[in-house]
Amino acid sequence: MSASAAEVRKRGPIVPSLPALLRFAALGLLVAFLLAPQSFAPVFAPLTQYGAPAIYDQGNLLMLTLAHIATACCAAAASTVVAVGLGILVTRRSGAEFLPLSRTLVNIGQTFPPVAVLAIAVPLVGFGEKPTLIALFAYGLLPIFENTIAGLQSCPPQVLEAASGMGMSARERLVAVELPLAMPLILEGIRLSLVINVGTATIGSTVGAKGLGEVIIAGLLSNNTAFILQGGLATGLMAILLYDTLALIERRICRSAHIQ
Amino acid sequence: MITLEQLTKRYGDSTVVDAVSMVIECNSVTVIVGTSGSGKSTLLRMINRLVEPSSGRVLIEGNDTAKEHAHLLRRRIGYAIQGHGLFPHRTVAENIAIVPRLLGWAAPRIQARTDELLEVFQLDPCTYARKFPHQLSGGQQQRVGVARALAAEPAVLLMDEPFGALDPIIRAKAQDDLLDIQRRFGTTIVLVTHDMDEAFRLGDRVAVMSHGRLLQYDRPAALLARPADPLVSRMVGMADRAMRLLSLTTAAEAAVPDSTRSDRTTDDPVVSASASLREVLSELLWRGAQAATVVDAGGAPLGRLSVADILARGRPNG
Repeated sequence: MSASAAEVRKRGPIVPSLPALLRFAALGLLVAFLLAPQSFAPVFAPLTQYGAPAIYDQGNLLMLTLAHIATACCAAAASTVVAVGLGILVTRRSGAEFLPLSRTLVNIGQTFPPVAVLAIAVPLVGFGEKPTLIALFAYGLLPIFENTIAGLQSCPPQVLEAASGMGMSARERLVAVELPLAMPLILEGIRLSLVINVGTATIGSTVGAKGLGEVIIAGLLSNNTAFILQGGLATGLMAILLYDTLALIERRICRSAHIQ
Repeated sequence: MITLEQLTKRYGDSTVVDAVSMVIECNSVTVIVGTSGSGKSTLLRMINRLVEPSSGRVLIEGNDTAKEHAHLLRRRIGYAIQGHGLFPHRTVAENIAIVPRLLGWAAPRIQARTDELLEVFQLDPCTYARKFPHQLSGGQQQRVGVARALAAEPAVLLMDEPFGALDPIIRAKAQDDLLDIQRRFGTTIVLVTHDMDEAFRLGDRVAVMSHGRLLQYDRPAALLARPADPLVSRMVGMADRAMRLLSLTTAAEAAVPDSTRSDRTTDDPVVSASASLREVLSELLWRGAQAATVVDAGGAPLGRLSVADILARGRPNG
């Protein structure tokens, strides 16, 4: 609309709001900590006892963080493919009878504790990233699955009727109408799933996956509160920043596609 | 020509459409009218196979529609519904271009057709082509919905309560526009409504349905003069049927050529050729006049209409 274009012009030089400032500060803090952790030693030193190191020194924090994000993203990508696929299937007339079964399976994935999944998965696939990916994958299905169904079911019936009436095949209708209209909710599900993954991925370090969980566990083992705090804070900041970034991308996509 | 042969739709034990046979003429407006639950929408939706018939056949130009893929059939038949069903995430131009795209038209041809239709529907392409449906008024959305249904130059246009969501003034305009469009493109229109006034206003022929059965299918005047069923006479309205009959004839059709210019007084009201006899009578009553002069669009007199002429037309055999 021309009115909104005028608004944008009127806004002129961007004056960041308080939440935006806080986010930039959080991002700056995280990046500074990951690139030069030793400069934060004075902050964490009071939390250590008996001259233990104030900053985690058994691995590169930046590398651990990147591995942590990679694990969370891979698991979320796999959850997305399966959950969206399943959501599409059970909203088709031919797949409607699978809805209760799919819902049960996905719910089990969410209610089964990831730690327990790890315990089952390790004997099957060994130590390392794989059991963590499996646990996160199962844990992240529910929000994407439910949001996909909600999004597809919320398409206005008149729009669907018009699409069929104009001669769109079922596939054309799905791709050109249903998925675009369901996109805001699907993206929201993926965002939730990814953020949950970032937090939950810390437990992967108990079975040898690279990640910030390593820092927390090292702190727990050596009774070093500074380590626990470092791992926890880095994970938490990352989750918050990721959540905000994805929300921003989501709004961009929806606005450019004119989906409310 | 669309031929419906013993068309029936059953859901379980209930028969929604019961052995309806009718022949819909080309290049005409056929209105299917009935109360809710009469099966009129189901009948319409069996023509483009949004609903598959339980038994019976639909022939378009002699070809059985069941022999074609349903979605390919629908691309040849325009379809407009109540509340327009425009895609909210596509622009006006993109919405209109949907069926031409499905048919694989070249981009310049789509562009030309979109612009042509927007102009026909009095929407300036420069202003409206790039707008999104939520930026339009209800009447504009409805016009885009009909433009979209006509985009691929279909020979047949099906409309399911297309004006149901419009307020009375915009609806009257939309109905007039539809008749213009029908004359311009020569489209065969089948329209479903529950509004008898709309049926009389638009239909060359009107099909009255109740409880899945076709009660009567005839010209509007015949429905008034010879209702085949008590329900038909109830639906067309006993109290004002004479007025309805008058509203079917234009002043031009009824005007008596003015051979006796001498008795024409300058006080005669002047009415336009396209006015219905009902409107002319109302004008005469209002003015307290005995006769009106009928003039064409250019103002040239076509003849006269007296109260007696009009009253004679209000009788079933008039």
